[in-house]
Formats: sequence, structure tokens, C-alpha cells
Amino acid sequence: MTGTFSLLRLVLRRDRVIMPLWVVTLALAPVGYAASIKAAYPTAASRQQFYDLNASSATFIVRNGPLYGPDLGELLAWQCGFVPVVVGLIGLLMVVRHTRAEEEAGRRELTGATVVGRHAGLAAAMLVTCGAFLVFGLLVALGVSAQGLPFDGALALAAEFVLTGWVFAGVGAVTAQLTWGASSARMLGIGALVLAFMLRAAGDSSASAGWLVWLSPIGWAHRMRPFAGEQWWVFGLAVVVTIGLFAAAAALSSRRDLGAALLPARLGRASAVASLRSPFALAWRLQRGTLLVWTVCLALIGLLMGGVAKNVQSMAQDNKAVSDLFERLGGGGALIDAYLAGTMTLFGLVAAGYAVQAALKLRAEEAAGRAEPVLATAVGRGGWAGGHLAFAVLGPVIVLAVTGLATGAAYGSGVGRLVAAALAQLPAVWVLAGIAAVLIGFVPRFAAAAWAVLAGFLVLSLVGSALQWNQVVLDVSPFTHLARLPGGTFTVTPVIWLVLIAVVAGMAGVTALRRRDMPVG
Amino acid sequence: MAEAINAEGLTKAFGRTQALGGLDLTVHTGEVHGFLGPNGAGKTTTIRILLGLMRADGGTARLLGGDPWRDSTELHRRLAYVPGDVTLWPNLTGGEVIDLLGRLRGGLNVQRRDELIERFDLDPRKKGRTYSKGNRQKVALVSALASDVELLVLDEPTSGLDPLMEEVFRQVVAEETGRTVLLSSHILSEVEALCDRVTIIREGRTVESGSLAELRHLGRIAIDAELAAVPDGLGSLPGLHDLSVSGTRVRMSVEVSELDSVMRHLAAAGLRNLVSRPPTLEELFLRHYQHEELLGAAR
Repeated sequence: MTGTFSLLRLVLRRDRVIMPLWVVTLALAPVGYAASIKAAYPTAASRQQFYDLNASSATFIVRNGPLYGPDLGELLAWQCGFVPVVVGLIGLLMVVRHTRAEEEAGRRELTGATVVGRHAGLAAAMLVTCGAFLVFGLLVALGVSAQGLPFDGALALAAEFVLTGWVFAGVGAVTAQLTWGASSARMLGIGALVLAFMLRAAGDSSASAGWLVWLSPIGWAHRMRPFAGEQWWVFGLAVVVTIGLFAAAAALSSRRDLGAALLPARLGRASAVASLRSPFALAWRLQRGTLLVWTVCLALIGLLMGGVAKNVQSMAQDNKAVSDLFERLGGGGALIDAYLAGTMTLFGLVAAGYAVQAALKLRAEEAAGRAEPVLATAVGRGGWAGGHLAFAVLGPVIVLAVTGLATGAAYGSGVGRLVAAALAQLPAVWVLAGIAAVLIGFVPRFAAAAWAVLAGFLVLSLVGSALQWNQVVLDVSPFTHLARLPGGTFTVTPVIWLVLIAVVAGMAGVTALRRRDMPVG
Repeated sequence: MAEAINAEGLTKAFGRTQALGGLDLTVHTGEVHGFLGPNGAGKTTTIRILLGLMRADGGTARLLGGDPWRDSTELHRRLAYVPGDVTLWPNLTGGEVIDLLGRLRGGLNVQRRDELIERFDLDPRKKGRTYSKGNRQKVALVSALASDVELLVLDEPTSGLDPLMEEVFRQVVAEETGRTVLLSSHILSEVEALCDRVTIIREGRTVESGSLAELRHLGRIAIDAELAAVPDGLGSLPGLHDLSVSGTRVRMSVEVSELDSVMRHLAAAGLRNLVSRPPTLEELFLRHYQHEELLGAAR
């Protein structure tokens, strides 16, 4: 592992902006949650009422895990129940970025030929990632205990985040050895993350199959029981698993050559099919896999959310106390509609993520040097850009329609209504595609900022509206202007405005793209 | 249309870096034209301007009788381009890329394609991500050479090929008749073997352009002679450089314009043996860069 230290500095230098950014922003989330819970439920009685309502609600258990008790700390830990998924995703992406993606770009060859050991790259990526989570955990522990919560619990809460980050960093290290490219390594890792979430959700919401949560690192995180009788040994389990995954990755890496994979690459066609003859056909070839993965993943989440909505309804019918409560809150039907409308916003944000990725494919092709040979043929820039942007525009239609369909099918009624509600997210999704096009056209080096814009809208929609931020701030997000469907009233005006903004942005982006130098390195 | 490419006074800056500072390039229709210069001299930038991928800050460029920026799509039907650093789509096979790029240009000669794949010893069924640099270059070369076009623009096409494949490349280009080839390279023996005319650039400017014979005329002839006696003052003759004397054997390089007078002096001293050699392209090339190297050494 000679040279680990110098590669470690390289990794730190490459991530000097993005890493502090996510560490601090994400550490603020639990602190903000603690403050907002204190404000919203100031008395023990109000917290008890919240506990009674939610502790047995399948909807929220599926999303956030078990609620252990009615105290502030327990409510906070439960409110943070989805954070381990986010943290796991970051760990996974970070390790793949510094291992397989480096190798694919050929930079690993460059560093590998200098005096660095065989596993130095892997070790450096793991050390930086795990170190970043440690700093993040420390900030969370200090921040949360500064909100007046017991330090032990704050530490356990931080530890459950660190634990998932570490384990999924290990998962990323392993998938990076298995596949041929960085993108398939990411997909495989995200598949593992989704599986972990579903195992945990299934275990938590079922009385007989509770053991399922122990198959999932996200389940372990919740079993740390912060503020509710901390189980520190669970963290030890995660440490052992992380070390095991890293050792497995190192062993796999010694068994393969640089650039090679353990899952073998198959031979393909010796000549192209007759239809592969236009920029759109090429875009279809390059984008169809991603579209399929996003559609299937979001449809699965749709099935889950729809099923949960059905549970909520049957629970309301079975339990007199709960159904009374629903009546007071505006009727069971309205409550479920509100839940489904919130779910649709989530679907819209995810579909916008797809739109951004599909649009940024243009920039990825340019930066990788694959745009140049195509643009040196009789393909104009408009045609080239149009092929990929078609996916950013039409892809979300497919993703959202299928997801709405899946949600409706699992919920059991109102399929048409839910498909329409999902499709109603499109205007805001297209705005993000337009923003991505503008960035690609005008400031190609900073095109990835489209992700930051999406992250900003996500915070406004999920955190800002819950904390009741100033409406002027919330209005920045296109998602704020959409009708809350199902249940709300649909108005045409914001739709027209959003579509107009998206079209103008898209056209401006493509026009700029046609006028600038290609490629911009 | 006697000129396939005509660029005059091209300038291009990237931020504060001046990539091109008045570059001229003329390529006659039907010739193989060598485009020489070390890394960073501006070869790729020039090619990108000629392909309409980048816009020049100043100067004029004509390509196949059209404006490379305005008419780019139409002009691209008539040319094929092999970039210096070929990257392929990871999930497309080499064969698919060959066909796709050929079709996007407007057409591919399938028989020629298969023949070239055979000659370059390429496996077209492998996925893009599994090819080595040399094999990626072969994919782009086969696609370009098999396309029905009148101009080939090749940017350092052999930088990843092994000597065997480089030889195949030379044969294939030598067989080209009627098509215009712009061959950017820093492998001088390749250019010397293939090109009718060459343009040498340095730091974004054209420093020399012409046929190899013309350029040789500008260079110096190396002379190795055995004399009866070495005359005094030989080293101070105009146009005579790098004189070294060992006994009665003298070696020097002589400017072509002064060859006649130097030879008279040598003949007068009693010639016993004489070997003369015209300048190689390498010497011509280095002559333009020595100035730069001296500056570098002094720093």
C-alpha cells in the first residue's frame, strides 16, 4: 500500500469543494430537524399525541423506520430515519468516483505506474471517504447535543449515519471490482442500496418477518436506538462488515488486471444494425439502459408507496381511535390524498434527477471526447443535442406515467387519477432539463451545477415547506407552483409559465451550444 | 478547385493562452500533406477550426470550397476525421462504431471496410471499453478510410499503433489515389515516406511550408570529405557550419546556396573522398526548434 498517503492527498484535492459542502449541509439537517420538532411539539403531551398517531402508522414506518418513544430525541432519530439512505448513497458514489471512474478514465494507469502499491488507490479512496463520514458524524453529534439533547444519544445518532456511510463505501469498493465501467458499478451499488432499504422496510412493517431488518445495513442503523437505550455493539458489527468488504475488494482487485472486471465482457455484433444511422439512434442506444433503470426503480418505489397508502386506509377502517383522528384531520380520504400528493412531489423530484442526468449526457459525451467524432460527420449540433435532450424531455413522461400506474395498481383504485397526478409534475421536471441545457450551452465546465440546483429545489420541497420558510424563498422552486394532486385543484396558469420557461431555457441552451467552441475541455 | 484547404492568418486564444498566432496552411487537392509540429504547437486547434468545431478569432479558412464554420454539416459529408485521442462508446462494439460514423458521414464501402479490418487485424466484435489505445485508433481509421469521402483529416493517427500496424497504415495511405489527406504528425519518418508537401508549425505559426524538395533546398547538406591538406580559414567561409576536423578528414554542414563556393575550396585543397547527404526532415524540423531549446537551456 505504498503511496497511499500521496494518493490520499490527490483525492482530498479533487474533492476539496464538494466534500466540505456535503459534510456541512447534511450535518445541518438533523440540527434543523431538532429545532423544528422542538418548535412544533413543545410539550410532552403534544409529543405523546404525535407518537400515538405515528408509532403504528405503516406509511411512516416504511419510510423512516420504527419510532421508539415519545421524547424529543426519539422523535428526532425517527425523523432522520431516511438520512442513512442518503449517506449510504454518498459513500457509494464517492468510492466509485475515486476507484473505477479513475481507472476508466485512464488516470489510474498514470498513477499506478509511479511508486504506489497495488491497493493504494482503493485504500486512499476508502480512507478519505470513511474519514469524511467521521468528521460528518462529529459535527452531527456536537450540533445535536448543542440543541439540548443528551450527548450519548446524539453520538449514537451520528454513529448510525457513519455506519451506513462506511458500509456502503465498502459496497462501492466491491462493485467497483465487479463491473467493466464506473456507471455499471454505480448501478450495481445503488441496486444494493435499494435492496437494503426494501429489506428494512419489509422487516419493520411486518410482525412475523422482523428479522429481515438484520439483513440490511440501514436496518442496523435504526437498531443503534439513539436516545432509546443505545445499542453500541451494532456499530461494532458495521465496522467488522466494512473491514470485510474492503478486504474482499482488495482480494478481488488482486485477482484482476487493470481495467478488467470479474464479470466478463461479452463479444458483441461485428457490424451495426441497419437502424443505427442517426444521432437519435445513437442517443437511444446510449440512453435506453439508464431510462429503463430509472423507470423500474421509481416504479418499484411507486408500488411500495401505493401499498402503504392502502395500509393507511385499512388501518383507519379497523381502528376506531385512528379513524376518529382522521375525521378530525379532514377525513381519511383527504389524509391519504395528502400523503399521495407528497409522494408525487417526491416522484417529480426523482424524475427531475433523471431529466438532469439525461441532459448532462451531452456534456459527458463532450468531455469524454465522444462528441467530436460525431460532430465531424454530417451531424449538426442541433441534431446531436436534440437526440439527447429528447430523452430529458420525453424520458420523464415515461418514468412518471409508469410510476403513477404502479402507485395506482398497488393502491388498488384511482389508477387514472394517480397517473394524471404523476404527469402533473412534468412542467417542473422540464424546467430542470431547461436549466441543464442552459448550463451546457453557456458554462459547459460548470454543467454539473444542474445537480446543485436540483438539490436546492429538493431542500425547498422537503425541508423548506415542512419548516414553513418564507414563501418568496419557496417560490424559487418550480415544484412549489404545481397543484398538489391528487386532492388539490389543478390550475393551468403555472403550467403554462413553467413550460414556457423550460422551452425558452432549452432553446437558449441549444443556441449557445451551436455557437460555442467544441469540445471545451 | 485546386486547393482542398486554404487557411490564412488564423488566430485563436483560449483565455490568456494564444494557441494560434497567424497560421497559414494550404493543402492542394489530391496531395498527402504533412502537418508537423511538436505537442502544443496548435495542430489540433487548427484542425478543429477547419472542421468548424471551433471558431477562429481572426484570419480566413476555406475547406473544400466552403466556409468551415457556416457550411460545416454539408462539408462534413465530404470528409472523414480521425481525432488524435480516440475515445469510443463503452457499450458499442468497434464494428458498430465503424458503421455508425461511416453512415453519419453519408456512406461506407462495406467491402473496403472488411478488407481494412482484416489488414489492421482488428476484432470488430469487442466492446469499446475493452480496446487498447491502438485498437481504438484502428477503429477510427478503418471507419474513415472506408468512408466515401474526398478528404481525410488524420490527427496523429499512428501514435498508438505498433510498428507492424504503422507499416500497414503507411501502405494503406500510400495506396490512396485521388483523395486529399491532411496528416498531422510528429513522426518525421512517416511524413517523409508519405507526404508530397509539408507544413511545419511552431507556437501557433507556420514556419515552413512546401514540398520536401523545396524544404531540402532551404536546409543544409551534410558533407564528409577526405582532403590532401586542410586549408586555413575553412571555418570562416560563408554558409559553412558545424565544422569538425580530425587529421585530414573534415565534416561540416553547408547551406545549399553556398554549396558551390564551398565545393570549390574543397576541390582546391585536393579531394580524396567525398560523401554528401541531403538534409533529412528531422534536421529541417530541429533547425526550427533549436532556437527554442537554447532558450530553454538558458533559463
